[in-house]
Parts: sequence; structure tokens; C-alpha cells
Amino acid sequence: MQFMLLFSRQGKLRLQKWYVPLSDKEKKKITRELVQTVLARKPKMCSFLEWRDLKIVYKRLYASLYFCCAIEDQDNELITLEIIHRYVELLDKYFGSVCELDIIFNFEKAYFILDEFLLGGEVQETSKKNVLKAIEQADLLQEVSKQFFD
Amino acid sequence: CHGLEQGTGVERRGEGVELEEAEGCKSKEAEIKRINKELANIRSKFKGDKALDGYSKKKYVCKLLFIFLLGHDIDFGHMEAVNLLSSNKYTEKQIGYLFISVLVNSNSELIRLINNAIKNDLASRNPTFMCLALHCIANVGSREMAEAFASEIPRILVAGDTMDSVKQSAALCLLRLYKTSPDLVPMGEWTSRVVHLLNDQHMGVVTAAVSLITCLCKKNPDDFKTCVSLAVSRLSRIVSSASTDLQDYTYYFVPAPWLSVKLLRLLQCYPPPEDAAVKGRLVECLETILNKAQEPPKSKKVQHSNAKNAILFEAISLIIHYDRWVTPPSGAPPALLLLLPPPPPSAPPVLKVAILAEKYAVDYSWYVDTILNLIRIAGDYVSEEVWYRVIQIVINRDDVQGYAAKTVFEALQAPACHENMVKVGGYILGEFGNLIAGDPRSSPLVQFNLLHSKFHLCSVATRALLLSTYIKFINLFPETKGTIQEVLRSDSQIRNADVELQQRAVEYLKLSSIASTDVLATVLEEMPPFPERESSILAKLKKKKGPGAGSELDDGKKDPNAEMNGGVEPTASTASTPSPSADLLGLRAAPSASSGAPPSSGNLLVDVFSDSPSGTAGLAPGTEENFLRFVCKNNGVLFENQLLQIGVKSEFRQNLGELRVGIARGWGESSCPIHRGDGPGELNVQTKAVEPLVEGGAQVQQVLNIECLNDFTEAPLLNIKFRYGGTLQNITLKLPVTVNKFFQATEMQSQDFFQRWKQLSLPQQEAQKIFKASHPMDSEVTKAKLLGFGSALLEKVDPNPDNYVGAGIIQTKALQVGCLLRLEPNAQAQMYRLTLRTSKESVSKHLCELLSQQF
Repeated sequence: MQFMLLFSRQGKLRLQKWYVPLSDKEKKKITRELVQTVLARKPKMCSFLEWRDLKIVYKRLYASLYFCCAIEDQDNELITLEIIHRYVELLDKYFGSVCELDIIFNFEKAYFILDEFLLGGEVQETSKKNVLKAIEQADLLQEVSKQFFD
Repeated sequence: CHGLEQGTGVERRGEGVELEEAEGCKSKEAEIKRINKELANIRSKFKGDKALDGYSKKKYVCKLLFIFLLGHDIDFGHMEAVNLLSSNKYTEKQIGYLFISVLVNSNSELIRLINNAIKNDLASRNPTFMCLALHCIANVGSREMAEAFASEIPRILVAGDTMDSVKQSAALCLLRLYKTSPDLVPMGEWTSRVVHLLNDQHMGVVTAAVSLITCLCKKNPDDFKTCVSLAVSRLSRIVSSASTDLQDYTYYFVPAPWLSVKLLRLLQCYPPPEDAAVKGRLVECLETILNKAQEPPKSKKVQHSNAKNAILFEAISLIIHYDRWVTPPSGAPPALLLLLPPPPPSAPPVLKVAILAEKYAVDYSWYVDTILNLIRIAGDYVSEEVWYRVIQIVINRDDVQGYAAKTVFEALQAPACHENMVKVGGYILGEFGNLIAGDPRSSPLVQFNLLHSKFHLCSVATRALLLSTYIKFINLFPETKGTIQEVLRSDSQIRNADVELQQRAVEYLKLSSIASTDVLATVLEEMPPFPERESSILAKLKKKKGPGAGSELDDGKKDPNAEMNGGVEPTASTASTPSPSADLLGLRAAPSASSGAPPSSGNLLVDVFSDSPSGTAGLAPGTEENFLRFVCKNNGVLFENQLLQIGVKSEFRQNLGELRVGIARGWGESSCPIHRGDGPGELNVQTKAVEPLVEGGAQVQQVLNIECLNDFTEAPLLNIKFRYGGTLQNITLKLPVTVNKFFQATEMQSQDFFQRWKQLSLPQQEAQKIFKASHPMDSEVTKAKLLGFGSALLEKVDPNPDNYVGAGIIQTKALQVGCLLRLEPNAQAQMYRLTLRTSKESVSKHLCELLSQQF
């Protein structure tokens, strides 16, 4: 995977994960163009589209949040669709029925969960249990440290 | 859903309010004002005299990050973030790492500090700290990090005491470094140990390792070639596991789909395994995947089918990849087809792949790729239906037309291009070449020259198609008119010996000269979409998907018109044929009978075709072998060709039998078949029409009830008529009903057996045959065949334990015939002696004949 973007129906970026080195300027340009392209898609259209020399796989959550991945030509788009689904499941499990606000106010958790699931653009751990265990460990440590240091 | 976070408590709420304010700002200006206020606040806190405690630092760094992600530029905070790295509190470290991964800074001093912090965390032996550090390296992947850590990571990866979670992060971290700075990651002793990670019991480790190996082996294939057999074993274990085995790694009833896809991708980096055992396991694996894909789904959820299909696509990619290496014996189809689920030899496997590809295509560009690959690899075996179909699909789907044009254009670049590719390419560029004409590399003239370079190598039919493409080009791209007209005008075209080519050249030349651009455009208008038939495979797939199930299929599809090409043919259900009377079907005995005059009963369907050419002169070729296979078994494929597959499931009891004949259409315009059975007088064959299966017309089933009146030697015939390509087609087959189907096994003791054996000692009661074994003389297989034949297998009767002894009774309405048999194998000579003794000469002879052909 080259990058993953989460954005709202208004085009506001909620999460951006880049797996290839790009300048800030390039990132902004890609984001602007791609967001526009995806938002212009009609509801019944295919989840896959060709954009520049990449394949874009996207999914819409609760009609208000778009999950968008860019993969290379030889990558398997069907399994990428399921990567998105799995990530949503992880967020859902952690936040309890995830919505856009969760991702806004707990953005760092969204990144941490993503890093347990994918790393360097590749699938790392597909067990829901293991991913969430790792995240919850951090939360526990926080609780513990609060007791002692506050 | 809650906007409040679990675990950080009160402070977050306060922060949340401020952030909410920013979020809720009505105008951009108001938002910026609010943000700037906050930034100023944070800046002052950072610069303040009081040293901030870790917790506050974390809070403000987090806010800065949030503001950055909102879209505002941040130019401070890096130092504070880097400071957080050296905290020994996990969450503070975490925020620090997140900040520097997102806001990558190229200040060399900062880089030095960051790398230092990472180094400490990697050496800390604390797995959670190590993972944080590894994630950061993987996220940033800068050259400086590669320089600092590229030699350390492999060591961590293969060290015996590394925790699983660290191993999996280390693998992908190393992968990232390799991708950005391959020169800094030298191969070494660690490579063989990385391969062994494929055997790790932790699936996450395996998942990460496969990605790493896949990338590394591309430039260093020898270092990793041992991965092939391990990958095959792993894949085999996954594919054959029950859904409970892999527990949390099972995704909607599909075991480890991501890992399976990755393993299949890895295998595509190497040629097919040479070791027979490994190859065998892999073939089994692929067959399992292909078979599972055809089973009814375990779950209605789209995630299940997506995961299953993703694996299927990758498996097919692997099969296509392997074809390059396996050289087929001359005359046989390419080996890729040998890896498909076992068909009888008569089936053209290319068609199977094409049907599978269409059936499972969720994404039509994949389908186009697959068919074009098929043409590229197995061009000779690609029949017309296959490439007609891909063109039909491209024409009917707006969203794949550009992709198809681009793909055929690229495929045509190959110096030695199969003629079928030229046909498909010529047609598609003629219709959709304009979609790629904007790119100078595929400009109209380039496209024309590319096609024309193949012209003289092609057959007449292909050249005719290309000429049509040329006139379409003149219409689409006026700038090519001059060039193309020159070609049309040349002697080789307008004076071509072939009438068709000459005519086309002359007419197109004239058309291009005299027709105005409007007229030309109308004449050469884009091909309208082919109407989809109600009973097409696509309709079946559409129905299965149902509403709202991500109906990708509906995209870009133009509205089909109601009329079908060539008129509507009745399906079995709509024809509502009254079932033919029993008398009708009792009279013909000769196997080579043509169907002759239509029967006199009120069979509507037959009447419809009563003036059509009557039945075949003989049986369909190649059916004898299949028929013989049915002697000892009741289910299987009776006949298969490009257009039809006929399967039979049968059941027999005493002198009655029921055959379910399933007729599946391949594709093409075949209408639903009609059929009737002709039986020898001794068999009473009644046909009972059954509703076509719910999946819409691609398969029809007919039930035949059989009553055995007397012993018989000739098999009843099945005649199938159907329309294909506008003409009436006819196939006659022998139904797999042989007299041994009514054989009832009879157990008896050795004395009884020998008593009866002596009683049947008249010469006409015995039939004997000595013959060479045509199959391996395996004892278990032989026993199974005898049982399948219908005989009882009697133990401890024959003094020679290698011999087989059997007994049974043939049940017919008129009489019952007791039968005894003895099969003596001679392994040395690879021969058998078979003796049959029954009370009726014809039965002895016939059974002997039938049975001897089974061994």
C-alpha cells in the first residue's frame, strides 16, 4: 500500500498515513485531487478505480466517512477492500461503534491501531485480539502511571 | 459512539472542549483565529521558565499534532516531541514518536537525537518500547535511519529471544528500509533464518515475514529459494484447515485470507517447484482453492466472498504464471490447464478457465486481463466464443473500455503476438482506441501502424477484421485518413485475390472518400451494447449478489434491450411439455439409430423442430470411454464439449432405477435443450421433466425412471437437441444403464457357492475371458470395482487368496438370473482370467464382456 486517507464527506482529512516518501507539497496535491475524485463518485459505483498509475480502493462508512487506500498495479484489490473492513472492525471494537468524532478526538488511537495492523504499507497482524491487546496494554500503562505520577 | 476517550480521563475533556470549539468554528477565519490563539498558548508554555512535566508536554505535543492534521502548518514543537522519546512512560514516548513520524523534520541535530532515542529503545529489551521504535523507523524510513539501523534490525529479527510482536514489526521495518535504501541492507547469514520464520507458530510473524521475503527475493532469488517449499506447506495447512483451527485468524469463515494471498504472491516470484512432493502438495492446494470457490458460500456476507475470491484470483494468477515453465506434450493444451479441477479429456480447458474467470469476475478489468493472458499464453486453444465474449463484455461495460484499449495496445507491442490477440486488439481499438488516443505513445497513427505491422502475418479472416478497424479509425481520427487510404488503395488490398478482402478494401476506400463526416460517423457508430440474455451467467451472478451488496456489476452497464439475438427459445419450464407417454420410448434398440421421424405423441417441443434435420448418424464421439466408466459407478460426467456438460446421478434398486441427467450449457447462444430417451424393448424408460434449477437456466435437470423388464444388452439412448449459433444441434449418447445395474449382491458361504457353481456347468452357461490388464492391478481398486459392479465379494471361498469371487442376482420384471463370478489375476503377466456362470447364456456373455473392460 502506498497510502491511506480517511476523510469526511466535506473533504476534511481525518487521518493520513503515507507509506512512501513524499514531500509535503506532493502529499497536499495528491490529497486534494484524490479527495475530489472519490467524493465525485456516485453511491452505486465500483469500489475500485484507476488513478494516475495506482489503483484506488475505497469504502464509505455510515455515508459520512471515506476510507481510501492506494495500492500498486500488481496488488490484490479485493483483499485491500477487506483490509479496510478489518480496520473499521478494529476501530469499532475499540471505540464501541466508531463514528467520525471518535477519530477526530482520539486520532492518536486511530494511528496506533493502524500501526499494529499495518506496518510499512503491509499487513502485519490480522488477529483482532492481538491488535487490540497491544493497544489496551498502552491504556493500562497510562492508568497505572497516572496513579503514581499525578 | 463517544467523543470521549477511554483511559485519559479528565484532562482530555478539557482539551476536547477547546478542540471542539475549533472544529465548530463557523468560518475559516474564526477557525484560524482560534487555532492561532491555541498555538500561542502552547508556544508560551514551551518557552516558559517552569520546566513542563512529562504529562503536560505530551498534552501539548498532542494538540500540536491535532492542529497540524487539521491542515495548519506547524513550525515548532519538534524538540519537545523528541524529548518525550526519552521518557520512560510508554504513552509519552508514543506521542513523541507519533509526532516525529508525522511531522518529519530534516534538521540534522534533531535526527541525531531521534536516532539516539530509537537506539536506546531498541536496546532496552522492553518489547513495547522496541515496537515503538521499530514502528517509527518503518513509518519514517529515512536514509539516516537506514544508515543507523539497517544492520541492527536483521539481528533483532532472527534472534532467538525476540518476542513475537517485535519480530513481526522488525520484519516489516526491515522491508521498509530495504525499499528505500536497498544498498544499506546487505544479505547475510540472517536470510536463511528469515526463511524459517515461515514455519513460525505465530501467524502474525509469518504474515510479516512473507512480505519481507517476497520483496527481498526479487533481487536475491538464490538467497531465498528455500522459501518455496515452506510456503507451499504453510499454504497447504491453511487451505485445508477447518474454520475452527485458525481461530482469530479466520475471517468470515475464510482461513487466514491475507496470509494466503501473500503466500500465493510469494510463489509467483519463483518457477514451479521441481520437487515432486512439493509440486504435488501445491497442485492439491490450488485444486482445493478452485473447488472451494465453486462450493456454495458458508456466509452471505460480502466479506466472505471477497476474501474467498481474493484468494481465488491470486491462485489463478499463480497458475497463469506457471504456464511459462511447463512445456506440454505436443498436442495437449498448456499445463496451466492441467492444474484445473479434473475434467474428462474432451473438455477444452481454456473454456473452463474463461468461464471461471467470468463467473468470479467482480472486477471486469481483472477479467479482461485474465482473458488476454489466456490468449497470450494459450492462443491456439482459445476458441471464438472466448474472445467474442470478452469483446461483448468490453462493449457492454463503459468502465472497462479504456482499460481494455490500453491493455490490448500494450499486448500488441509484443513482437510475436498471437493472431487471436490481433483480432481482439483490432476490434477493441477500432471501437475504443479513442480512449487512449490522447497519449502520444498511443496516438491514432501509432495504433494504426501497430496493427498494420501485424496485417501481413494474419489470416484472411483477421485481415478482414483489421480492414474494418481501419475504416473505423478514419471515422474516429480524421488525421489518419490519408495514411489509411493509401493502404486501402494499394494493390495488395484492392487487387487482393481474396474476394472478401478485395471487396472490403474497395468499399471502405470509396466510403471514406465520398461519405461526409456525418454519414461516416453514423455508419461507423460505436457498437451498441449486446443485450444480456435472461439466462446468462452474468444475470446469475447479479441475482446472487442481490440489491445493495456492492453492486459493482451494475456499473457502466448500458440498458439492455428486450429482444434477444435470433429469437426467444423456450426454456424447459415455460415449454410445459406434457411428459411423453411410456409407449413412445420403448421401441428403438439399435445404438446407431437416427432419431428418424418425430414420435407421434404430443411432445410439443419436438413438434417445434419437426422440420429440422433429424438426428445424428451415430453417437457423439468419445463417449464410449465415459460410458464404460459408469459400469461400476453411478455418478459422474457422461459427456462434455465446448457447449454442454452432461452429468448423471443414478440410483438402482431391484429392477428399478432413477437417473438424474443434468445438462449444463457452456455458453453461446444455445437455447435450452430438449431431449428424449430411446430404450431397448427390455427397458422401460420414462422421462419426467424437472424445473430448471433456481440459478436461472444455465442448468437443466431431467429425471428418467427406468424399469427393467428383461435382461438386455443394448443401452438406452439419450438424444439432445438444442440451438446454437442459429443452427439446430444434435447429440446422441448412451445412457449409463447396463444390466449389472440391476445386479443385487448375494452373500453366501463357500459350500453354497461351489454347489451352485457345479450346477451351472453347462458350456452355454459359462462365459470366460482372458485379457490383459489395462489398469494397475491394485487389489483395493479391483475390489471396489467389483462391488461397484453390483456383485457381493465373497471371502474365504477361493483357495487362492489372490482370486476374487462374487455372486449376485440380476433382477428383472420377467425373471431373475443368478450369477457367479471368479476373477483370477496374474500379476507377473499383468493379465486376468474372468469366469462368469449364470443360468442364461446371454447374461453370462454380456456380463463377462462388461466386466472385463473394467480392469
